Amino acid sequence: MRKLALLSICISGLLLIYATGDFPSFGDPHSPAAEHLSPHYIEQALEETSVPNIVSAVLADYRGYDTMFETVVVFSAALACFFLLRVHNASPRRRFYRHNLTGVVLHVSGEKKIPEGSVHFERIDSKWTPQTPIVRIVSRLLTPFIQLFGLYVIFHGHQSPGGGFQGGVILGASFLLLALSHDLRFVIGRVGERFLSIFNSAGVLLYSGVGLVCLGLGGNFLDYSALSAIMPVGEVAARSWGILFVEIGVGMTVMASMILIYNNVASEGRWDEGL
Amino acid sequence: MIWQVDLLVLTLVLICGFFVLRIKDLLSAAILYGAYSFMMCLLWAVMGAVDVAFTEAAVGAGASTVFFLAAIYRTTRRTKD
Repeated sequence: MRKLALLSICISGLLLIYATGDFPSFGDPHSPAAEHLSPHYIEQALEETSVPNIVSAVLADYRGYDTMFETVVVFSAALACFFLLRVHNASPRRRFYRHNLTGVVLHVSGEKKIPEGSVHFERIDSKWTPQTPIVRIVSRLLTPFIQLFGLYVIFHGHQSPGGGFQGGVILGASFLLLALSHDLRFVIGRVGERFLSIFNSAGVLLYSGVGLVCLGLGGNFLDYSALSAIMPVGEVAARSWGILFVEIGVGMTVMASMILIYNNVASEGRWDEGL
Repeated sequence: MIWQVDLLVLTLVLICGFFVLRIKDLLSAAILYGAYSFMMCLLWAVMGAVDVAFTEAAVGAGASTVFFLAAIYRTTRRTKD
C-alpha cells in the first residue's frame, strides 16, 4: 500500500512538473495574466485610489471581498480554538507559591489560594520555568519598539510593503514574546480574555461595517468612494481612507486571534499555567 | 534574479522540507519548519513579492513556530509514527 501511494505521488509530481512547461515564463509581459487586468492596476491604481503601493490597493479595495473573508477565516480560527480547548469549570488543580525571601515553595491544593498581588508570595508554574532576568528585561525593553513597528506597518501599508495582516501578526508576536520570556499569566494580566474577544470581533465588524456604510450611502458593498458623502474629502481620497479603515480592522482581528490561539493552546484552555 | 542564489535557496528549501517530514523529534521539526518558512520568504523577496515575503516572515517563521512550540509543550516531543 505504501509503495502504491509513493508511486501515485511520484506520477502526479512528474505530471505537475511536466505541466509547468506550459506556463508563461517568469515576468513575461505577453502572458494572459499580464495582458488584461494587471495593466489596469499598474496604470490606474494611483489615479483611482491615491495609494502608491499597488498591492495594498488591490488587496483592500479592488479585491475587498477576498480580504474580508480572509479576516473572517482568521477570526474563525481563533473561535475554533476557543470552542475546542477552552475549559471553564476546570477541576481545582494544585498551585505552587514561592516565598520570595526564603525560597520555600508552598503547595496549595483545592480551591484555597493565596491572594493575587501578595508581596511575600509569588505564584509559580508546575512545569514552566520563566527565563533568566536578562532575557526577561531585554524582552520587556524590546516590546514597545516591536509594537510601534507593528503600528507603523499597519498605517504605512499605503506607501510601503505591509498592511493589516503583517502589522497584526507583529503586534500579536510582541505579546507572545512576553509570554515566552515570562509566563502566561503575565500576558493575561495585561490583555485579558474579554478584551481580546471584543477586539477580535470588533475588527471583523469594522471591516464589514465600512462596507455596509458604503452600501447605505448609495455605493456598492466595499465601494469606498461612497464615503466621500460623509467625509470632507474627494472620491479618490475617500478610497484611500477606506483602505486605511479596513486595514485597521484586519490588524485588530489578526492581533487578537494570534494571542487567543496561543493562550488556548499553551494553557490547554485553562488560561492559567503555561509557557 | 541571480540563478546561483536561487539554486542555493531552493536546495535548502528541499532539504528543510524533507527533514521536517523525516525527523522524529518534533521540536527539531518545528524549528526546521521555521527555517523552511524563512527560505521561502527569501525566495518571495528575490522574486519581488515583498508583501508576501513580509507575511511569510511574520506568520510562517514567527508566529506559527511559537504555536508549534506551545502545542509540543502540552503534548509530547517524540512522534509516535
